[in-house]
Order: sequence, then C-alpha cells, then structure tokens
Amino acid sequence: MRNRNHRRYTRREFLRNLSLTAVAGASLPILSSCSKEESEDFLQNHFREMTPEEKKRVIAKLEERYLQKYGRKFQISTQEAVPDTFWAYGLELSRCIGCRRCVYACVKENNHSRHDPQLQWIRVLRLKRGNLINLENSEHYYNPDLVPEKGFIYLPVQCQQCQEPPCVKVCPVHATWQEPDGIVVVDYNWCIGCRYCIAACPYKGRVFNWAEPNIPKEEINPSVHYLGNRPRMKCAVEKCTFCIQRVRQGRYPACVEACPTGTRKFGNLLDLNSEMRYIIDRKRVFRLKEDLGTEPKFYYFFEA
Amino acid sequence: MEKFRETLNETWHFYRRTLTLVAKGSKLYYAWCFSLLAIIVVGFLFYLKQHDVGLIATNMNDQVSWGLYIANFTYLVGTAAAAVLLVIPSYVYHFKPIKEIVVLGELFAASSIVMAILFVMVDLGRLDRFWHMIPFIGLMNFPQSLLAWDVLALNGYLFLNLLIPIYLLVKFYYRKEPNWKFILPFILLSIPMAVAIHTVTAFLYNGLPARPFWNASILAPRFLASAFCSGPAIIIIIFQIIRKVSTSKIEIEDEALFKISELIAYAMFLNLFLLSAEIFKEYYSQTVHIASFKYLFEGLHGHKQLVPWIWAAMTMNVTAFIIFLIPQTRKRITTLNLGCLLIIIGVWIEKGPGFVIPGFVPDPLGEIVQYLPNLLELMVSFGIWATGLLIFTLLMKVAIPIETGKFTHTQYEKEVIVSRPY
Amino acid sequence: MRVFYAVATLPFLLFFFASSALAVVEEYTPPPMTEGMYPCNNCHASMEVNRKKRELKEEHTDIKLHHAETMRWCLDCHDARNRDKLRLFNGELIKFTESYRLCGECHGPQYRDWRAGIHGKRTGYFTGSGKRTYFLCAHCHDPHEPKLKPLKPEPPPHRPKENHDAKSKP
Repeated sequence: MRNRNHRRYTRREFLRNLSLTAVAGASLPILSSCSKEESEDFLQNHFREMTPEEKKRVIAKLEERYLQKYGRKFQISTQEAVPDTFWAYGLELSRCIGCRRCVYACVKENNHSRHDPQLQWIRVLRLKRGNLINLENSEHYYNPDLVPEKGFIYLPVQCQQCQEPPCVKVCPVHATWQEPDGIVVVDYNWCIGCRYCIAACPYKGRVFNWAEPNIPKEEINPSVHYLGNRPRMKCAVEKCTFCIQRVRQGRYPACVEACPTGTRKFGNLLDLNSEMRYIIDRKRVFRLKEDLGTEPKFYYFFEA
Repeated sequence: MEKFRETLNETWHFYRRTLTLVAKGSKLYYAWCFSLLAIIVVGFLFYLKQHDVGLIATNMNDQVSWGLYIANFTYLVGTAAAAVLLVIPSYVYHFKPIKEIVVLGELFAASSIVMAILFVMVDLGRLDRFWHMIPFIGLMNFPQSLLAWDVLALNGYLFLNLLIPIYLLVKFYYRKEPNWKFILPFILLSIPMAVAIHTVTAFLYNGLPARPFWNASILAPRFLASAFCSGPAIIIIIFQIIRKVSTSKIEIEDEALFKISELIAYAMFLNLFLLSAEIFKEYYSQTVHIASFKYLFEGLHGHKQLVPWIWAAMTMNVTAFIIFLIPQTRKRITTLNLGCLLIIIGVWIEKGPGFVIPGFVPDPLGEIVQYLPNLLELMVSFGIWATGLLIFTLLMKVAIPIETGKFTHTQYEKEVIVSRPY
Repeated sequence: MRVFYAVATLPFLLFFFASSALAVVEEYTPPPMTEGMYPCNNCHASMEVNRKKRELKEEHTDIKLHHAETMRWCLDCHDARNRDKLRLFNGELIKFTESYRLCGECHGPQYRDWRAGIHGKRTGYFTGSGKRTYFLCAHCHDPHEPKLKPLKPEPPPHRPKENHDAKSKP
C-alpha cells in the first residue's frame, strides 16, 4: 500500500513539476522577447480615447524614444482636422511618365522602412495603351532606361481615402478610422496586425511592417504627426495619409511637390476655389473600381 | 461556506484523480504523448523566432498577406462545426449508436476550436495587443467587423463544447442524473452555433468586395458542405483508433460510423454541386474575375503552383464521394477508412491553401505573387496540430473511463455498471 | 540653355499670397541669361533688323527651334526692334517675366488651367500665409524645345521574395 502511494506520488509530482516548468519555460522567452518599448506601450489607450494629458504623456514618451533611437529632436503633432476641410486628390493620367519620383519622395517624407521590409505607399503601374480597367495586365517592375516608353501609360495608385472604406469596416479593434477631414488613419499602437484590412482593400493601399522598420538615421524626417509619418514599429499596418502632417498645416503633400510633370493635384473639396473643385467641374474625372462602392477621393482625369 | 469548501475539496479530489488517469497508460500512450510534446516544443521554438523578428520570418508578404496559418484556421473551424452532425442524431433523433459517442465528438470539436484559435494567435502580428479585441476592456469593432463576430462565435462555441461534455461527464462520474432542464438548452443551442461559427468564418471572406474570388454568395453554403465532410471523416478515423487502443471497453458501434458516413455522402454531394455551380458561373461568363479560378485550376500567365494540388484534391473528393455513395464501399471498414482519409486531405487542400491563396492571386493591382510556406510556418503549424491532438488525447484519457463507468466517484468504484442516466 | 532659362526665371517665381487667387506680378529684375547675354539690346540695338526667316549661322547656334518651326521663327515671339521684350499678336510688348501671356495666346486651355493651378506645378502652402511657389511656363518648358525630356525612372519596388533576401539598401 505504501509503495503504491509512493509511486503515485512520485509520478504526480513529476507531472506537476514538468507542467510548471513548461509554463514558466514558455512564458519567459515570450516575455523577454517583448522589447522594452512593447512593455511600455502595453497598456496604452486607443488614440481617440486618450485624454489630452494622456496624449501629452504619450507624445513626450515618443519624443524621448525617437531622440534615443535616431538622435534627432522630433516634433510630433497631434493636430486635429481643420474645420471645413475635406481633402481630395487629383491625378492627370495624360501627364504621368512613370518616373516614380513621387514614390521615393513619399518614402523620404513619411519615414518608410527602406529594406527588410521595403515599404512604399505609392505603386506606379504600367499599362499598355488601349487598356485601363483590367489591372491584371499591369506591370509593376518596369525598369527601362528612360520613361515614358512608347505605347504605354502609367497609373500611380495609393490609398484612395475612400468615403466608404472597406478597411475601416473590417478592422476588429477600430485601429483604423476616418477623420472628419476625410483622411483614413491608423493608430499604429493599437493595431494588432491581423491584416484583415490588407485583404479588404481593393487598391492595395495598405502595407504591413513585416519586421522592425529600417530607416537610415540621416534620412529621417523629424516633423511628424502621431497618426501620420512618425516612425512605426514592427507588425503594424500603415498607408498613405495624404501627408496629414503637411495638409493640416496647409502644405501640399510630398508627392505633389515631387512630380516633375505636374501630374498630381490636391485640394479641399469644400473650398469652391480649390484646384480639386476646378478639376471635378471641368475635367472628365473617374475613380478606380467605382463599382465596388468604396467612393474613393482620388480622382483620375485626362486632359480636357 | 461549508458547502463551498466541500465543493472545492471534491473538485480538487476529482482533479487529482484525473491527473492520475492521465499519467498512467500503456507504452503506446507514452510514446504518442511524448512525440506530440516534442513536436510542440519544436513548433514553439520556431514561434519564438517569429515573435522576435516579426512576421518577416514567414513567407507572407503584402500581396499574399494570409498564408498557411489562416488556411489551417479555416479548415479547423470547419471540422469543429462537424460536431453538430453528432449532436443532431443524438439529442434530436435519439439515435442510440451515436448517442454513446456524442460527448467524445463534442470534446473533439473543442480541441478543434482550440487549434483554430491558436492558429489565429500565431498569425497576429502583435499578440501582445491581443487585449484590444476583448469586448469592454479593449475596443471591439462589433457589429461591423466580421473578425469581431468570429472571436465571439468561436469562444462561445468553445465554451459550449466544454461545458456540455464536462457537465455530463461529471454528472456521470457522480452517478447523478444530469439536470436536463439546465443542459438541454445549451445542447440545442450548440446546433445553430455550429452552423454559425462556420457561416461567420465564411462571411469573413465573403464580405470583401476587393477579392472577387471570395465575394461569392455561394461561399457560406460551400463552407458548411465541406465542413460536414471533413469533420465527420476525422471523427470516424479517430473513433476507430480509440476503439482499438482504449483499455476501457468503449462501445463504438459500426452502426454509428456508417450513419455518420451516410451524412458525409450527402455533404460531399452538396460540396461538389456547389463547386460545379461556381465553375460554371466563372467559365461561362468569362469576366475578368475568372483570374483566380484560372490561377487555381490552370495556371495564370505561367504561374501554376497550386494546379497539381487542386486537381489532386478534386480527384480525392470525387473518389471519396463515390466510395461514400455506394453502400457496399461505405459499409466496409477498409474502403470507409480510405474514403475518410481522401476526404480529410482533399478538403484540407480545397479549403485551406486552395481557398486562401487564390484569393490573393492576382492581387487587387493585378500582380501575381506565388506563396509557399517556409520551414518556420510548417513547424509552427505542426506544433499547433500536435497541441490539438495532445489536448484531445488527454481529454479522451479522462472522458472514456468516465463514459464506460470505470472511472467514477470513489463511493461507486465497487460497482462496474455501464448504465447511463439518459 | 534650357537649364539656364529655368534657373534664371526662378527668382521671378516667388509670389506671396494670402488667398489662393492669382495676384498681380511684382516688379523684378530681368533674368540673367547666359553670361553677357542680357540685356539683348547691348548687341541688337546697333544691329540691322533682318526679318528674313532663316537659320542662324553666326550667333545663337546652340538654340534649336522645335516649336512650330515650320510655321514660325524667332521674330514671331521676340520683338524685332526691342530684343529685350517679347511680342504679342496685337503688337504689344511684354517683359520676359510675363512670358506666360505669350504662351497663352496659342495654348489657351493650358493657360487657363495654369492660372487655376491645374496645369503645371505648385509647391509649398496652398492656404494660409505660408510661402507658396508657382512655376512659370518657362520653368518646366524650354520655349524653344518645350516637349519635356524623358527621365530615368527611379528603381522599381523590391519583388516580394526579395524582402527576405535583400540585406542591402535599394
């Protein structure tokens, strides 16, 4: 009897010790691989639910962190939408030559990861003349010596800031939403990285930080907006924000300024004198994949 | 207070005894459990690397942003829904052969759901922000986001499929009559819940206008049809294994297995019919949206990676359907098992990679990027499958002795009665 | 030549506005062109006017006219008697800083679009009191060869598999 008890005890003890070790062994590596930043940010609230004091604290923490990481003093804005603004974008397809200056201006302005992974918010498609709607025949990786090439047109695509954004609808945690001035933004600290929004976007407007971003220190842009171009972290989704850090101050987005042929236009739809109202009133505008009901605010047009 | 302490003591006593049950077993049992544990440890180590570096350690990219993990998730939610094919005959039609094994089937559904939840968890980029999805504590986007619905549905179904069998088993352990007024509503609730979890998962894909391959109304019915093929097929195989290796003489009648296989025949017919409906629509109308189908079945612009897989799956499904259709092959154990294996693999291919990957090819801007899981994804997936199998094994190790009456409360240990309160 | 033209007109491109409406051009110093080139009257005031359409052999040989050259030549835009001014159709003489008026005589739609900000480029602030930069026609288009030259494109994005292999910057 005693022997049996003793045996059972030993086996049970063994099992108990084994399971406890397993749990400890499992949690320790996971906990330790959480970086210091991740543990600091763990309980951070959703941006829209933060009180002004909380926002100040978060900004201060981020400024400190970026100073340490990049050696530059950042100006992190949390500027809200300017009243009576509703931003829209115009792109004159007859003038795009596919030079991709917009892509790299955006990369510089918005602090993208340059490699491993390489993130770009703008993608320029090359389409054969005679073809526009079926994007399956597009070429993304064209690399001739000179552009434009004969017989082709170029179609830059980025987040269309839809009025009925499918990405906002599907996000399970409200990490992405539409601001009053029409820009769809992401709270990078709230995103859980499920990538449902990437599956939902019909324009490939959203990209994912598959790893910790690699931004060269000398190319960093320190004037950032919390919801826009501040340096992001691994496994959060990001997208074009119409250069929210610029347009809320009344400046043109970086891609508009970079285009050498004046293809890109930007304006406030609620301002009757703006360039966008002029374009919509006088040019033949269309939007991509209008049949999906997303109501994009990115208007393509051709000369007259 | 006294009653509470007494209940606590009883629970602790019960727990200690189940631990003993789990710890003791044949050599085969130990070998099985330890090999599963080894796979789990390996998978976990690989997952640590992914957690550390980020999802760049997988082969997923911006164009194909969901891969092996979500493919397995979709398949496993389907197999979990299959428990309903046991619940309906038992509790609605009182079909005796299945009634004896329904509790085990529900525990299988619970293990399946645990695996599905684990697959979603490893797929999340930021697992540390998991709490953002908890209602009231985080900020759940209910009812707009189908993922939020899925979280609620899956957890609710898991809760049901743990509550019901554990309640019944514990009652039987104490030789007490279950309070049917209490438990029957839950049981009946689990029937629409099973349909609901898989419908919600289907809607998750269905509601995306950006992906024409998924944006088809036929998706939810197809999901259910294929779920009701694969889940019961796994159950048939598992129960035969249990029947063979279990030291307790659990009675799993062939009658039960044949009834389940009959249901599989109907489900597979529906699955094949719905598939042909989709194929007709795409190939006859020949719109641009045929691109994903072309990629899957023929290859698109020279990219053909999935073509041999899907044709293998089609062959397996049709063969299995014929096996299950003809009563002679259905009622013979060898051909029945062959059919089950064919269905398990065939539906996995069709519903896992054969469903998730073509949704991303071509991507919304027309790009074609082929995806193949890398070693890390495979190891983590094996680890999770092993976790589910281990959980199921341990649950069976406790449930079967209770079912057969060999494991009861100490005061009843002398009697070895195989009577049931229902 | 085009580069000089572009750089030269740069000082004249800076306008300060409080609203988005087009304002009056202020007086600016004339553009310095090629060393010793401006003011043109330094040479031309003492030269005889030859209105015969011909190819220039002695001076300005670096200027190749690819701008309706079958229908027009130098003296259709440059005033014959006062080379420091440009000549509109009705004979009015305008400064180089107002060259867009001359372009607009033929290129009406582009001129109207440019005034609204649709044609061409604007950078800086589009609202408020921040600095805004407009670009004149001559900033982007060389008046003698206005078609924009092809450019070398920036590199294409990394292909997806490259995300895992590439260790170096693009």
